Amino acid sequence: MQMPTPDQTILSRKDHIVRRLRTVLPDDAVIDAPEETRAYECDALSAYRCPPLAVVLPASTEEVAAALKICHDEGVPVVPRGSGTSLAGGALPTEDSVILGVARLNRVLETDYENRFIRVQTGLTNLSVTGAVEDEGFFYAPDPSSQLACAIAGNIAMNSGGAHCLKYGVTTNNLMGVKMVLMDGSIIDLGGPYADMAGLDLLGLICGSEGQLGVVTEATLRILHKPEGARPVMMGFDSNEEAGACVSDIIKAGILPVAIEFMDRPVIRATENFVGAGYPDVEALLIVEVEGSEAEIAQQLARIIEIGQRHNPVEIRESGSAEESARIWAGRKAAFGAMGQINDYMCLDGTIPVSQLPFVLRRIGELSGEYGLGVGNVFHAGDGNMHPLILYDANKPGDLEKAESMGADILKLCVEVGGCLTGEHGVGVEKRELMDAQYNADDLDAQMAVKDVFDPAWLLNPAKVFPLAATAERRARPMAAE
Amino acid sequence: MMVTSESELAEAIAGAKGPLQVVGGGTRLPVSGGVLQVGISGVRLYEPGALTLVVAAGTPLAEVEALLAGEGQRLAFEPMDFRPVMGSEGEPTIGGVVAANISGPRRVQAGACRDFLLGVRFVDGHGRVIKSGGRVMKNVTGYDLVKLMAGSWGTLGVLSEVSLKVLPAAEAVATVIVHGLDDVTAVKALSRALGSAYDVSGAAHIGRGDDARTLVRVEGFADSVAYRAGRLRELLGNFGEVSVEDDAARNAALWKRIRDVEDFAGRAGDVWRLSLKPSDGPVAAAALRAAFGAEVIHNWGGGLVWALVPEGADLRAAMGDLPGHARIIRASADTVARLGRFHPRPAPVAALETGLKEKFDPRGILNPGLMG
Repeated sequence: MQMPTPDQTILSRKDHIVRRLRTVLPDDAVIDAPEETRAYECDALSAYRCPPLAVVLPASTEEVAAALKICHDEGVPVVPRGSGTSLAGGALPTEDSVILGVARLNRVLETDYENRFIRVQTGLTNLSVTGAVEDEGFFYAPDPSSQLACAIAGNIAMNSGGAHCLKYGVTTNNLMGVKMVLMDGSIIDLGGPYADMAGLDLLGLICGSEGQLGVVTEATLRILHKPEGARPVMMGFDSNEEAGACVSDIIKAGILPVAIEFMDRPVIRATENFVGAGYPDVEALLIVEVEGSEAEIAQQLARIIEIGQRHNPVEIRESGSAEESARIWAGRKAAFGAMGQINDYMCLDGTIPVSQLPFVLRRIGELSGEYGLGVGNVFHAGDGNMHPLILYDANKPGDLEKAESMGADILKLCVEVGGCLTGEHGVGVEKRELMDAQYNADDLDAQMAVKDVFDPAWLLNPAKVFPLAATAERRARPMAAE
Repeated sequence: MMVTSESELAEAIAGAKGPLQVVGGGTRLPVSGGVLQVGISGVRLYEPGALTLVVAAGTPLAEVEALLAGEGQRLAFEPMDFRPVMGSEGEPTIGGVVAANISGPRRVQAGACRDFLLGVRFVDGHGRVIKSGGRVMKNVTGYDLVKLMAGSWGTLGVLSEVSLKVLPAAEAVATVIVHGLDDVTAVKALSRALGSAYDVSGAAHIGRGDDARTLVRVEGFADSVAYRAGRLRELLGNFGEVSVEDDAARNAALWKRIRDVEDFAGRAGDVWRLSLKPSDGPVAAAALRAAFGAEVIHNWGGGLVWALVPEGADLRAAMGDLPGHARIIRASADTVARLGRFHPRPAPVAALETGLKEKFDPRGILNPGLMG
């Protein structure tokens, strides 16, 4: 993976830049000692590392604006960082960049149950948003699996999803407004505690823009009352085709579960060895969860089980209690850890049309054989968001490159069958060079034109999302903003 | 000029010598310029088991809805039909619905049109065919131009194809009705219902005095609807006299009346639409009544206010500094020219919009001035 050559004129001005940043931020909010900047050298895509020039940790929107203004004037690239949980390298710095971390922006600003929203600073973690409203029976719906650690800022940057988005949608469907700082230091508000924006949907545009259009410091989020209850059913099948057809039939029957999770045999076996959830040794396992009152849950589960029975199930196990629900979910929740016990793994994130599930799984199996690397599949089947886990040995020379090459083949396959490269993790640096597989030059130019408007000098997280060669000219503009 | 294919559309825009007025079914108000009618029609793909529909932008909405109904599915965002209130004719198209991000009563539960839009193909002002998004439900590959196109009213590009997430139609429906509430109490009741666990799919308030009715809709499987309507009836019992409407046809008529603002159809005066924080709905309504003797309909739990006012009234002045926005739906050309159809945006946001317009339509030929 290639990153741009660091700008020597920035590296040579490091002391001057740090000194200027210290004029607008408290001393402890500007980090430049090499032993400390190292903590920010990577995110959860830890195969790639590079300590930044410096790190700033502003504690207010005004401090963010002041820091960005200086970087803008100095022509220094800025890499925004939430909690650093990106699996796509979204917060990976370059040597000549300043990391802007939002960790100190961690206050709840307003909760309004009558109007069903919460306004927070964006360094707050995803789970703590729900934590702030759950005493009143409310929750914040998007639930990425990193929700204990990941920041709302990162959720907005990547338009994060989660296990329950089949019913509740992803971040963009639950985001009502933001306060955000543009690269030149100007502060804007988009949306608010009301429906839709007055003009163009700039809120929808910035959500998922991977920190390339601005730094979001405050967010107004929709909150919902919790359902009365939820319970899953687990169904094991001897073929991916049957499991895939079962998913399709459930959806066609008019049932809208909150989650339909799918695991294949390698993942089932790994989790059994790891946590012993009592899963049957089958080709494909579905966990389908529904919500509502006790009677509503029972009725929906009965319909789902009836559909499952039509697909030659090996085993169907309906949860009858909180303990049984926890046991059914235990293996799924431990799946990534269980695979990590076997070996290093690379987690992909392509989405496919649900109808293509059996074909894509078969093809992934073939690729696994061709490359000689193990693959496990665990994913959100209701929405076709796959998470193939490619096993490799990080200590074995050439293995990472082999895994990356196989990953690229799988993602291209996702695009070929009508899907996309990434469903919820983002492009970052990881899938940057694959964008050509999904979009042609005009498509990409239209997207890059948006960045030209928000960040004319291409200083915000510049070497991400688009193929490096496609952005070279724009990134090389000498202070285009001036 | 009528175009019937994407390539014709691209040629028409690339070769345009002046402003173009982009039209789907022509059910809403015209702007100036030569007419470019998008007659690209037809279903490209429909997979009920994947809840996915891909359809050409000029396909009549009625055709889309009939197709979905055949599989027991629907457009969950419940698009409004503007013809009654606009007094217009023509056939609404799915592209027109998307271009204006039109959503109905179910927005409080399901979300807006833009929330169901999975992908678009459009021709920008350069005449280039651009695609964004796709046909899958989760897609964060690159910037979300899909959202940008929804509600851009053809000012950045002209839609040729849209992909939509569809949802199962409901087996049953019921409306819990509280009688005789004033606006403020009504919105409190709606907030109580929307803030409950009972998955409310419509929350409106119509009429005044003894005729006032506060409406809370639930949809789903029959047993579930009966259960939730019962619980809501208890929950709202403190607010006033409660009844439950569970007849399917009467519910359909009631919510169509609200969706299409039928009460303002054929009446003299201007029609405005205000998007507000729900609890500010009654505040705005009181101000509009005091200033203009406005007639008001509350939807979206109070967050959407429809107002019928005397011709030429400036509702934005009366709205004060309440957060939100007011849009003219029906008024004379003079009033639109004087007040602007869309709510003005703060300067830095307006600058971003202008910047995008210049990138996507540098010649300024697509619906010029429409959103300004």
